[in-house]
Amino acid sequence: MTGESFVFHIDGVAVTAKPGQTIMEAADAAGIYIPRLCDVEGLRHQGGCRVCTVKADGRSVSACTQPAAPDLKVENDTPARNRVRRDLVEMLFHEGNHLCPICEKSGNCELQAMAYRLEMTVATRFPYLEPCRELDASHPDIALDTNRCISCGRCIRASQDVDGKGVFGYVGRGIHRRVAVNGADLAHTDAAVTDHAMSAAVCPVGCIIRKDEGFRVPIGSRHFDHGLIGHEIEEKRE
Amino acid sequence: MTDPRKARVATVSLAGCFGCHMAILDMDERLIGLMEKVEFDRSPLTDIKTFTRRCDIGIIEGGCCNEENVHTLIEFRKNCDVLIALGQCAIMGGLPAMRNAIMHAAEPLRECLEEAYISGPYLRNMTRLIPNDPVLPLVLDRVYPCSEVVDIDYQIPGCAPSGDIIYSTLATLLDGRFTGFDREDIRFD
Ligand code: SF4
Ligand code: SF4
Ligand code: SF4
Ligand code: FES
Repeated sequence: MTGESFVFHIDGVAVTAKPGQTIMEAADAAGIYIPRLCDVEGLRHQGGCRVCTVKADGRSVSACTQPAAPDLKVENDTPARNRVRRDLVEMLFHEGNHLCPICEKSGNCELQAMAYRLEMTVATRFPYLEPCRELDASHPDIALDTNRCISCGRCIRASQDVDGKGVFGYVGRGIHRRVAVNGADLAHTDAAVTDHAMSAAVCPVGCIIRKDEGFRVPIGSRHFDHGLIGHEIEEKRE
Repeated sequence: MTDPRKARVATVSLAGCFGCHMAILDMDERLIGLMEKVEFDRSPLTDIKTFTRRCDIGIIEGGCCNEENVHTLIEFRKNCDVLIALGQCAIMGGLPAMRNAIMHAAEPLRECLEEAYISGPYLRNMTRLIPNDPVLPLVLDRVYPCSEVVDIDYQIPGCAPSGDIIYSTLATLLDGRFTGFDREDIRFD
């Protein structure tokens, strides 16, 4: 990037940004965590989940796609912002089947960890949609339980941009939009367990499952048992 | 304390695995201190099967999967000042609620029972019949979280909740200091 770096403010803290950086990229570098689900390091930004929504000079914008600008005043970690985020996370719980006690991803799941961070102890304000989508266990090394998919598109971007494959894609529109495989089932795609799209870091939830991994690391000793989601970023703060 | 009376606590396991009652024991030696402040009324821990008097706190493990669960839960609501849903089964149906997801079938309950007793691959049911003895409580169409059946005052998350979160919740509730869970302690597993 060219051009002079500049300063803007997140919750009153001065943050330095380079031209072209998003609000989230600048915040990450400064050790300020902005909650997110569809954005992940190493993949292009999508701006789909809206969990990262902040107020920038009074306007609601997604921090993962909105460029930082000189003198911008950003509202991030406030009760009002976090309440909206919690509602979004809660709706995701109601949209899929999220029975954490039986889920292999429990403890490593970003959706669950976001619920913890946003202090969502129970999701019962909305009716459960209880989808009934068939499990795709056709592939020898990978299984798909799309009842847990949050349509974040991370697998789509990873497969397209990193693996150069296009194993996943969106089908349908609006509330019916779903992530599906480009084939009759996963066994009829060129998916491999070594793909970046299948790695633990890409699917934030327990939808893409690598077989034979299961409960090798026991419940209680997993990633988010050691700290709130985002704590690694917050620890960078000077 | 102005009122030296011990708080009366009742507990029950509805559609649960008893893991949450085991988790109560995970409070370990802190139970001794707690027992100076509470006494158990109706509970599997005392084997008292009906309420002997009104209770201050009722602790519910498990959601409602049959009509008996519903009656018991309503009994608890009537007889307890404060009702606590303990664990994911009580809060959102938990493991038994796995059957809710197949409930879009034409005859969901039949399909569920047939797979459980007749057609499932790992069965040893010599009679090939679905149990229907009149003493068995009727199975509900789906598994209901406790809060869909009665008003619930507090919900302690976890499967099972840790001894720590149970202790801190009960101890602060008894002292009137409960202000919610520390987000570092929230777990759904
Ligand atoms: S994907 Fe995450 S939130 Fe959903 S059941 Fe699994 S652990 Fe829970
Ligand atoms: S499968 Fe996983 S990575 Fe792909 S869209 Fe669904 S939740 Fe996101
Ligand atoms: S929440 Fe977990 S431990 Fe408690 S009754 Fe349900 S399955 Fe058992
Ligand atoms: S993280 Fe920004 S919209 Fe999803």
